[in-house]
Amino acid sequence: MQDKQHIILLFLSMFILISFVGFFQSWNLALTIFNLCIISSIMSLGINIQWGNAGIVNFGVMGFAALGGLANIIVSMPPTAKAWDAGAIFIPFGIIIFIISIISSILVWLKSGLSTKKKYIINFFLIILGYFLMRYIIDPPIKAIEAIDPAKTGYLGGLALPVIISWPIGGLLAALIAYFIGKISLGLRSDYLAIATLGISEIIIYILKNEDWLSRGVKNVNGLPRPVPYEIDLQSEPWVLELTKFFNIPVSEISSIIVKLSYSCIFLVILIGILLLLEIAQKSPWGRMMRAIRDNEVSANAMGKDIKTRHLQVFIIGSAIIGIAGAMLTTLDGQFTPVTYQPLRFTFLIWIMVIIGGSGNNYGSIIGGFLIWFFWVQSEPLGLWFISQITSHISDTNIIKSHLLENAAHIRLMFMGTILLITLRFAPKGLIPEVKR
Amino acid sequence: MEILNSFILIANYIIIPGLTYGSQLALGALGITIVYTVLRFSNFAHGEFMSFGTMSTILLTWVFIDSNIKFGTFPTAIIVLPLSIIFTIIYCLLIDKFVFKFYRQQKSKSVIALIVSIGVMFFTGGLIRFIIGPGDKNFMDGERFILKAKDFKMLTGLNEGLTIKSTQGVTIILSIILVILLFWFLNKTKTGKSMRAYSDNQELALLSGINPERIVLITWIITGTLACVAGTLYGLDKSYKPFTYLHLVLPIFAAAIVGGVGNPIGAIIGGFVISFSELLITFAYKKFFFYILPDNFLPDGLLQILSTDYKIAVSFIILVLVLLIKPTGIYKGKIIE
Repeated sequence: MQDKQHIILLFLSMFILISFVGFFQSWNLALTIFNLCIISSIMSLGINIQWGNAGIVNFGVMGFAALGGLANIIVSMPPTAKAWDAGAIFIPFGIIIFIISIISSILVWLKSGLSTKKKYIINFFLIILGYFLMRYIIDPPIKAIEAIDPAKTGYLGGLALPVIISWPIGGLLAALIAYFIGKISLGLRSDYLAIATLGISEIIIYILKNEDWLSRGVKNVNGLPRPVPYEIDLQSEPWVLELTKFFNIPVSEISSIIVKLSYSCIFLVILIGILLLLEIAQKSPWGRMMRAIRDNEVSANAMGKDIKTRHLQVFIIGSAIIGIAGAMLTTLDGQFTPVTYQPLRFTFLIWIMVIIGGSGNNYGSIIGGFLIWFFWVQSEPLGLWFISQITSHISDTNIIKSHLLENAAHIRLMFMGTILLITLRFAPKGLIPEVKR
Repeated sequence: MEILNSFILIANYIIIPGLTYGSQLALGALGITIVYTVLRFSNFAHGEFMSFGTMSTILLTWVFIDSNIKFGTFPTAIIVLPLSIIFTIIYCLLIDKFVFKFYRQQKSKSVIALIVSIGVMFFTGGLIRFIIGPGDKNFMDGERFILKAKDFKMLTGLNEGLTIKSTQGVTIILSIILVILLFWFLNKTKTGKSMRAYSDNQELALLSGINPERIVLITWIITGTLACVAGTLYGLDKSYKPFTYLHLVLPIFAAAIVGGVGNPIGAIIGGFVISFSELLITFAYKKFFFYILPDNFLPDGLLQILSTDYKIAVSFIILVLVLLIKPTGIYKGKIIE
């Protein structure tokens, strides 16, 4: 019972914190923070099932979130008609050829009885051949596609379906990529797995940044469709105007609050849905087995558990959850900007959320996501306030003071590092520790 | 003549930049490898330690320039290097005392220490940005070139010019000196030998009377030195921006792992493997073939395997390939459970 009270208390204080923002800053900002908090919590739920339940270190959050974002483009943007005339059909064809060359080289590696040296040579030429064949096939259509009205399109476009479909698709896309990544790298030890997943996620971002035909690269994709109405349309609705009179605030503000609130409702439903599913999974025999594998691989193996498959399973599930959250984030932003995917913000910050919330506990991950995102956003004004308080007796023309004020925003990195270190040292189990079952 | 031109082209665009970048990566990878073997964790904060060292160098350089202390055409940054090395070592030791020591005594798993190092990374990154700001800093002064392309062309009468920037010269020479010193220390001195013994087998080393605290102290001294020098050289050669050092960690890890983590020679080889493959794969070979092929055989296009945008991605691709094919690296490294 104690635990439940503890959890409710934490969520209540989080709610109060956010409403403080509403009262003292603005409700618009409070709702922005709230929506991003929900997305962060979903991402940390994804990491929690991997790290907290199965002990897998996945530093590829950034990559999976970006794949979710890509799903937004593929699903919801209108197709570029001319691109398909320009021979876009050859691109998947070329990529398939490259994949075939990779598969055949894997087959040579595993199945042929040649000496290691010969295998290296054959594989080298197979992959080089496959690569250049692919480039030969896909380069001309890519050039043609990127030349189509580059200021507006210059990419394949999407399927023009409702954007909400892109969330599950984002999850599926992330799951598919996670299958391949997991298949090749889950055999590695924890540190190596961390570095490998970080490296692969960087590769994914590089591809999204540079393959303009797919994601417009650094030119970004703007104006993604929305699952909720636009502010402009709301402002002419009679019931909105009535609300304006009732609350006595400008119509522009109330319309944007309505939009954000509707996002919050959708996101909350998804968060609760994922949370319930994860709780069921954790309580089920499957969850028990995952924890057994985490705590002692050798004995779990001796009991006849297939560790590799189980690890792969949990890796795919966690990554799919991150993919869904990534897709939601891009929809909320209304644009896909590959440059914004930074490991600091997407991978390491999510890890801090999981650790501080309490690894192994889903409620912990959610409160961690809320708390850390809240302070990540709010520590900028807080840092500024703090610095201006301690330097208030120094005159405004002082160089040191202006320098400190200028760099005050970076206090948040120090702040995040410090709370992570303090948590790891004094409360390694986090805010809501794992439930002993 | 044509062959010579093509060779100079390669030397100018691949060999010299490759050697420079390779040395910087190798010094960084050595730091990571030493922490990994002796203290037994992957130190993600190493990039920020390098950044911290560079920041100290920059601040000291400013102080020196302000007080009009000049050393002819020699870059001031190199003169102040010993001082900034001391600052970096002190910072590393402080971090160890307040953060890493606890987990060492607890004998925590290496994953926990890795996550701890991420906390240190955040903290140090914030501290650096707070002190020096996130902007671009150029702190190179003195003579910029050892050999200018124009002079080279005049001297030899070739079409292609060869440029050697003084930062490139300094990087290569300083790296060679540092590596020789390091290997002399590890292989010839008693302290170095006891350090290797400790990393091979902690219990046995303790039994034979090696003081672990002293080993840890020396490890941080070496790591701090390597980090400060590597960071400063990288900052001199490119330019200093705190943000880039976060992204430098991954190529450095790639270098350490490709060579075989835990093996100093491997770290050096790994650094050069990464730097040369980055350059070789993203180099546009059109001009090279222009010199050695007859005109009518020259194909269209830039003859580039991957576009230059993918330069850094190449190191990750190699990293992933090595992890898949041969996780122990080129030289068989140590694997810590």
